[in-house]
Amino acid sequence: MTLDTYRHAFQRFTENGGGSPSWIRPLREAGLDRFVRAGFPTRKNEDWRFTNLQPIATGEFRLLDPPEALPGLDALRPYLFGHEDWPRMVFVNGRFVRALSRLDGIPSSVQLLSLREALDSQREVVEAHLAKVAVNAPSAFTDLNTAFMADGALLVLPADAVLEHPVHLVFVTAPGAADGATHPRTLIVAGRHAQATVVESYVSLAEQRYLTNTVSEIFLEEGARVNHCKVQLESEAAYHVGTIEAWQGRSSHFESFSFAMGGALSRTNVYTVLDGEGSHVQLDGLYVGHGVQHLDHQTRIEHAKPGCTSREIYKGMLDDRSHAVFNGKVYVRAEAQQTDGKQTNRNLLLSETAKVDTKPQLEIFADDVKCTHGATVGQLDELALFYCQTRGIPLSDARTMVTYAFAADVIEEIQTRPVAEHLEALVRERLERGSARAE
Amino acid sequence: MSGSVESLVQSHYKYGFTTDIESDVVPRGLTEDTIRLISAKKQEPEFLLAWRLKAYRGWLKMTEPHWPNVTYPPIDYQDMIYYAAPKTAKPLGSLDEVDPKLLETYEKLGIPLSEQKRLSGVAVDAIFDSVSVATTYRESLAKEGIIFCSFSEAVKEHPELVEQYLGSVVPPTDNFFAALNAAVFSDGSFVFVPKGVTCPMELSTYFRINTADTGQFERTLIIAEEGASVSYLEGCTAPMRDTNQLHAAVVELVALDDATIKYSTVQNWYAGDEHGVGGIYNFVTKRGKCAGRNSRITWTQVETGSAITWKYPSVLLQGDNSIGEFYSVAVANGRQQADTGTKMIHLGRNTRSTIISKGISAGHGNNSYRGLVKVLPKADGARNYTQCDSMLIGNECGAHTFPYIDVQNNTAAVEHEASTAKIGEDQIFYCHQRGLDTEDAISMIVNGFCKDVFQTLPMEFAVEAQKLLGISLEGSVG
Repeated sequence: MTLDTYRHAFQRFTENGGGSPSWIRPLREAGLDRFVRAGFPTRKNEDWRFTNLQPIATGEFRLLDPPEALPGLDALRPYLFGHEDWPRMVFVNGRFVRALSRLDGIPSSVQLLSLREALDSQREVVEAHLAKVAVNAPSAFTDLNTAFMADGALLVLPADAVLEHPVHLVFVTAPGAADGATHPRTLIVAGRHAQATVVESYVSLAEQRYLTNTVSEIFLEEGARVNHCKVQLESEAAYHVGTIEAWQGRSSHFESFSFAMGGALSRTNVYTVLDGEGSHVQLDGLYVGHGVQHLDHQTRIEHAKPGCTSREIYKGMLDDRSHAVFNGKVYVRAEAQQTDGKQTNRNLLLSETAKVDTKPQLEIFADDVKCTHGATVGQLDELALFYCQTRGIPLSDARTMVTYAFAADVIEEIQTRPVAEHLEALVRERLERGSARAE
Repeated sequence: MSGSVESLVQSHYKYGFTTDIESDVVPRGLTEDTIRLISAKKQEPEFLLAWRLKAYRGWLKMTEPHWPNVTYPPIDYQDMIYYAAPKTAKPLGSLDEVDPKLLETYEKLGIPLSEQKRLSGVAVDAIFDSVSVATTYRESLAKEGIIFCSFSEAVKEHPELVEQYLGSVVPPTDNFFAALNAAVFSDGSFVFVPKGVTCPMELSTYFRINTADTGQFERTLIIAEEGASVSYLEGCTAPMRDTNQLHAAVVELVALDDATIKYSTVQNWYAGDEHGVGGIYNFVTKRGKCAGRNSRITWTQVETGSAITWKYPSVLLQGDNSIGEFYSVAVANGRQQADTGTKMIHLGRNTRSTIISKGISAGHGNNSYRGLVKVLPKADGARNYTQCDSMLIGNECGAHTFPYIDVQNNTAAVEHEASTAKIGEDQIFYCHQRGLDTEDAISMIVNGFCKDVFQTLPMEFAVEAQKLLGISLEGSVG
């Protein structure tokens, strides 16, 4: 698909009402202009060195419309972590569906609504924050999203608001969406000392090829705590590019977990700027690949102010011919003295043909800092397997057990227990299927 | 602790003098004629001229790479002298015939070329601008069958060895600077250690750039046959000039079955003044090939000089059970920039590699570690351990690490660790208590930080490296 077709698509998109309200138009046009000027990144771009975007760049993806027949709640139930009582917003083919959502149960001071509505009714807060943080690292996909974002979620927490339950955002691609694209956009603004947990799920109700290009922007004012969890379970024929960008004020606390198990090609970017003294970030993730999946993660932690701490653990398990990429950057600006950063990436290769490219990266311009990073690539610990066998556990079970333990270790970092348990079950199921096939 | 930093920031470069000696230089600029002229001056065989021209034609098609984390003004390759040699009337028969001025220069650098003065039993090949002026201990080495001579002599006396191995590790069109070197290289050292021989002494090359506006392009080739072992050391200095000079050397190492090559570098090219004027651009391609089973190549480098250091001594681990090692200390003080590291390419089975890199940044210096550990599908049981530590002194410098790990075999185990820290106030305080002043305390702590690397250097050079490090960092901490 040539870049010109994106211009035509944009024209049609705005004619069909995508351009309203008018105040957002310049923002979209600027995004489109930057995107068309730069095009899709190639492997010559250091940030995309190990991920070939040809399938996305040459694929013909039309903007998806809402499906003719909406899926029922039953179809979604497997993805709700057994908690239908949580506040929930469901998006089908990128559009908010009120009938499947549940917006009660949150304090009246907290705003939770679809971005489409918010563009009209909440202009002030949206204008003040939208595309304000997701501009730090210029990205073709974020620009594309800004141009074509049709819907998404807006969550605004006033000062001191505390949400009791996690807010679950479910992005569903319905059957019959082949060759379609969605560009969901989420904006979370947590006021001073506000606290919330947000879970984003990306699921497909059919095996089909489509593109999800999602962007989430998160603002944490002084002392705010946001716990963010992304669960990527797209169709294994689909392409998924997701960017999460956070801005952190003084003494704020941001936790992010990225779980990637779906998609033919998936890339998740998690970027945060520690822009207030004493703020803390914890970025964790797990990627589980099989078949010919390509799972890519890029993280960037920017220590901009003194006395901030960052912790990061990403783990990956790769089977069959899957390929994983990890690039984690920790950037310490000159004024960010007393920085304490720790980053770890561990990979387990479960087959002879799986492949990993990992690149942890430190860039440090301050002297009074403590930063470490580590990366490992390896296979299962022979001694652990042997130990299990001496205890009468068959080798195949031992393998599953030791592999599972490797993953469970990082899943435990998820604070929201039902989500952690659900992901643990998914990993276990995948492993058991893998070992059953091996026998 | 930072109060007197500025007042002390001035490094003393004691090798900054120039030698007033008549030189035979070719005109500025680079064309095929320049290459033919260099080749003719050196009376080279036809194959070498053809090889040079092939490299040159390849080079013309290449563009200068700009991916490293360094900045410098564009280099004008036509405004450079590609060949400069101290003028001598006739070929040298013995050391007595060497121009006394040259001997004096090396004396001043602390490298006496006359053998009787040398106690430590180190054979030296001295390279002045583009050519080798003297090689010591040749005869005693020849008795063991070891060939240690300048590259030009090797071309004349052992053309078959040169033809066989030249470019076998770094092909003529490997990269922009390697291609440039292949086209215009003037001299360098050549070492050949035959089957089963352990070289009885340290071999060493001393590089000196003297003439202004010259690029130095030497080429070193070391071959260790089955079961042979050799330890080789290079040292470098240059006069203080306010223009930048390019040093684009190529080093190729070949280790056959059970052979061991240890290559150590103490690089102290002129680094430019505190405003970043002048200094050497050290853009070097160094690569070793563990071609045989159980072979071993060790790179040790202490990089304290150069305005810009940009090099990645690498090892191709081709033979089964072969070992590659890289130990590095890189200092970036003043306005120095260093982008250095290594590449370990695991091709054979049970290959192992170790990388220990220590980067020290001070003043406005920027130090980057960039490394690649690649395990190819056939490298069963490959192991790598990487540790790269950075130390920052002052808050206007930077430390960066860019490790690439690319694993395509599930029996491989690759570990990478990196840390960054500064010299702790409590460490300094402890030293003060014990009666050490701040400068000595820093020197002690920094040397402790670099201990893992210095331990791998031959004894005399370890001492020299420690001193050098002290001088390079002098005044960077108040």
